[in-house]
Amino acid sequence: MIPAAFDYVRAESADAAVAQLAEHGDEAKLLAGGMSLLPLMKLRLATPAVLIDVGRVRELSYVRDGADHVAIGALTRHRDIETNDVLARECGVLRAVAAQVGDNQVRHRGTIGGSVAHGDPASDLPAALLALDATFVAQGPDGTREIAASDFFEGFLETALEPDELLREIRVPKTGANSFAFEKFNRRAQDFATVGVVAARTSDGTHVGLINMGSTPLRATAVERALAQGASAVDAAALAADGTEPSADLNASVEYREHLARVLVRRALEAL
Amino acid sequence: MIIGVTVNGFAYEHDVEPRTLLVHYLRESCALTGTKVGCDTSSCGACTVLVNGESVKSCTMLAAQADGASVTTIEGLADGDTMHPVQLAFHEHHGLQCGYCTAGMVMAAVSLLEEIPDPSERDVRVGLEGNLCRCTGYHNIVESVLAAAAQMRTQAR
Repeated sequence: MIPAAFDYVRAESADAAVAQLAEHGDEAKLLAGGMSLLPLMKLRLATPAVLIDVGRVRELSYVRDGADHVAIGALTRHRDIETNDVLARECGVLRAVAAQVGDNQVRHRGTIGGSVAHGDPASDLPAALLALDATFVAQGPDGTREIAASDFFEGFLETALEPDELLREIRVPKTGANSFAFEKFNRRAQDFATVGVVAARTSDGTHVGLINMGSTPLRATAVERALAQGASAVDAAALAADGTEPSADLNASVEYREHLARVLVRRALEAL
Repeated sequence: MIIGVTVNGFAYEHDVEPRTLLVHYLRESCALTGTKVGCDTSSCGACTVLVNGESVKSCTMLAAQADGASVTTIEGLADGDTMHPVQLAFHEHHGLQCGYCTAGMVMAAVSLLEEIPDPSERDVRVGLEGNLCRCTGYHNIVESVLAAAAQMRTQAR
């Protein structure tokens, strides 16, 4: 399988990438690690006329320890997240999640910003960042703006990013206690989660993210509310599928996904 | 577009279409057919090569993305007639049957042992989860990688 023909341009800086986006309009797509975009292009489900390769923009590959948050450059690879010392101290859950994305080969190429901008509800990191109340920093022709994760994922593979915007940075609030759990259920080790659950207990309560339980990454809001009102892990987990709209595919029916969500949320909460 | 890639220590320069995948570049432009196309959907790992020392699936990378990089394929592992310790271990421990996954399996193992020189059996199994073998049931592959790790640690002393 070979992608449809496209023009290839390489951006050497974030500013250059934004300028190239402005020049080429919505005919263009940004290429980071390519772990999501290239498979879509090979299947010709995506046929951008112009590919802007930002894979060499080193200025966007970093993890920085901020006052109340950790700032992660959008082009930081999964491999660099799963081995990062700042995240080990301040946000272990993100390391644990990044370590289970795809396989070693995928983690050597794939980036956190690419995963977020792709906005796949079956991906691990978007749901984790939603659960952690992350903020995304987008750069466009008129400067940068911050977008809360809760406002970012708008639909299936649709995000709040405008066609002329580049995702620059992911900011994750420091979670304090660092008590977390990640439950990923799949049939083969490297597969996307059939259903996944990210749970983290922070100073302001228990956060629960759901992977592959709808057209976007989701928060298990009914579970979080029940826990805040003093419910047990078992009772709260029974609400895990409330408000979700999972789809059926060859791996699981809707009912099975709902069942998995309840079981995996219970396991995650009991592990906190 | 003109790209320059160092493959197994040799500098290549080719005019390629931007949509050329790295695996096709290696096999067709560089005539290095040791790297296999398996599933072509970045699942099976048969096309695994090292880019700047790290394992990647070359069916899911553009040759253009490797412009300026150093690529190692299965052909570049041996030192003359002396096999790389991972190759030798696959030979001695019968880490293959049909052989189709072997080049990718060996390259993934080389990258894994660079990151984890003293792996447990579980480290090896998890570390090779991006590589599928439909013959062996993995037992001898895992044995091979563990044996190679022990051999390489001895050599490093």
